Amino acid sequence: MTHRPSIFLRSLSTPLILILVLVAFLALATFMNSGPFNQVVIDGLVKVTLVVGLYVFIGNSGVLSFGHIGFTCLGAYATAWLTIPPLMKKMALPGLPEFILEAKLPYGLGIGFGALFAGAFALVVGKILMRLSGIAASIATFAMLAVINTVYSNWERVTGATSSVVGIPIVRVVWPYCLAAVVSIVIAHLYAISRSGLALRAARDEAIAASASGVDIGRERLIAFVISAVITGMGGALSAHSVGVVTPDTFYLNLTFICLSMLVVGGMNSLSGAVMGVVVLSVIIQVLRQFEKGVSLGGTVVSIPNGLQEIAIGIVMVVILIARPTGLTRNQEIVWQGWPFKRVSAATEP
Amino acid sequence: MTALLQILFDALSLGSLYALAAIGIALIFGVMRLVNFAHGDYISFCVFALLWPSIEATAFVFAGQLPPYLLIPVILTVGACLSMLSEILVFRRFRNANPATMMIASFALGFVIKYTLLMLFSSRPKSIDLWPSLSLPVEIFDARIPLLQVITIVITIVILIALVAFLKRTRFGLEMRAAAENFTMARMLGVRANAVILLAFAISGMLAASIGLILVTQTGTVDIQMGSSVMLVAFIATVIGGLGSLPGAVVAGFLIGGVSVLMQVILPFDIRPFRDAFVYGAVIAVLIWRPNGLFMPRSAKQRV
Repeated sequence: MTHRPSIFLRSLSTPLILILVLVAFLALATFMNSGPFNQVVIDGLVKVTLVVGLYVFIGNSGVLSFGHIGFTCLGAYATAWLTIPPLMKKMALPGLPEFILEAKLPYGLGIGFGALFAGAFALVVGKILMRLSGIAASIATFAMLAVINTVYSNWERVTGATSSVVGIPIVRVVWPYCLAAVVSIVIAHLYAISRSGLALRAARDEAIAASASGVDIGRERLIAFVISAVITGMGGALSAHSVGVVTPDTFYLNLTFICLSMLVVGGMNSLSGAVMGVVVLSVIIQVLRQFEKGVSLGGTVVSIPNGLQEIAIGIVMVVILIARPTGLTRNQEIVWQGWPFKRVSAATEP
Repeated sequence: MTALLQILFDALSLGSLYALAAIGIALIFGVMRLVNFAHGDYISFCVFALLWPSIEATAFVFAGQLPPYLLIPVILTVGACLSMLSEILVFRRFRNANPATMMIASFALGFVIKYTLLMLFSSRPKSIDLWPSLSLPVEIFDARIPLLQVITIVITIVILIALVAFLKRTRFGLEMRAAAENFTMARMLGVRANAVILLAFAISGMLAASIGLILVTQTGTVDIQMGSSVMLVAFIATVIGGLGSLPGAVVAGFLIGGVSVLMQVILPFDIRPFRDAFVYGAVIAVLIWRPNGLFMPRSAKQRV
């Protein structure tokens, strides 16, 4: 007699629990109903989308990619091209093709096209890059990021070079971001339990055995690469709409490393790790920011000097990694084990 | 002819910087499979050590006023100490962690170093005059080459020769090469792991310090971002050279420096701003052609 929930329920429980965590933040934001706090939650949800996108490729394939923020850049500029009012576009970005110059799409479509554009780009580039594996693949993805950044920072007439592109419609409500994060979690989970996801994880753990059993590693990697590019591209488009401005350097090394750190601190081989990493690090960053502004504790205002926040974040990350080298979730998924009482009886079973 | 000579010197001096940084990274990768992202921040730290202890906006060079025969050892020591300290405090605890975890830990450490510097010195670049006489040009075969370029190249060659002599002729060098080849086996044969790794970190830190000194003299400014751009190219150079292979790292460093300078010259004016895109495109092409780098070390061959 086992009291453990069925395998179906357990595998379904991971995305459900993660979505519940995010919805709780959404509810909190609605409840607080304050502008700055909304912005914080929006930032967090965009990061969730980006890091989940990274997880789809890195977690399943085991190849560390430094290049995905390039897709974020593509997605952000794509939605900027499509949603900025035509008059402003003709002034700022005269090099765009005619039909894009005339276009004025609602932000939802802009985000969708941004994601598709990133995915299409990843399909082409991935065809070439996914022949590589290990550290060579990591560096190749980094080189791709550098190429994207160089092109976007210099192509004056199409991307406005290094100056910021303004006029993107700003979306200040939280639910679209929450919806996007939920969609990306569902996609990531569906991919992870799909045939291709299983094959890719098999290849990650035992490359030779997997290819001997008929797994075409390059093909499975390409599938994961494109899916994760679509998600990170969507995240980029979202981040463009969350602040209304894009510059190429927003989507370069800093963002790359912050997203990678969140993924590794959470546990890079699990979807739960991706989400937990973002939640934990974002909360710590917020608390420290608050301390930077000054917090009153028992009547006295305690504040830390400016700049200490980043130092503290770095130290916290090192300490977490020392204590848990495989991340906060130890690379395990959070699964529903049944109600606590039943779980006890299941555990005592012989 | 003179133009060609100028290009050659440009390429060699840029390549020297990349090569020195690449060895610093390859040395550490060789002994503990760590890609040390903090290396660029070691460079920045050593550069800022020139200003120590003044943190004013107008750069009052304290250490920089020492005579060269004192200044160089001081800065080298700073680099070595910082590097060894980071191994003792941080990397020692990651000996058995997977490479991605170590990489992120090193990045976090670099983050800490960078923001400590930012907090102390603010982000504004400062200009300092370190050895201004070195930027005067000298004439070689009618080409006017900045003296500093010549010195950079000479210093790099001297450092490379010294390093080769150290690795091939001394006991520590032998131990280090053995550790890079097969760390577990080397330990079983009596190589002291901690000592070897610490030594590798010390050398790597000194290399970072010398890059810092060269950079400051070249640009005349002290900037927080100085290290990271060199570090990124050097990281790519170590991979192209074949991770863990020291000669590979040097050759690839010079290669990337050469290709960058060459592209600057031969690309049409309109697309010259996109030079880096071409350089990185070339990096991808090399990786597709030789996924394990130009010089694959024996230790990296996959055993089935």
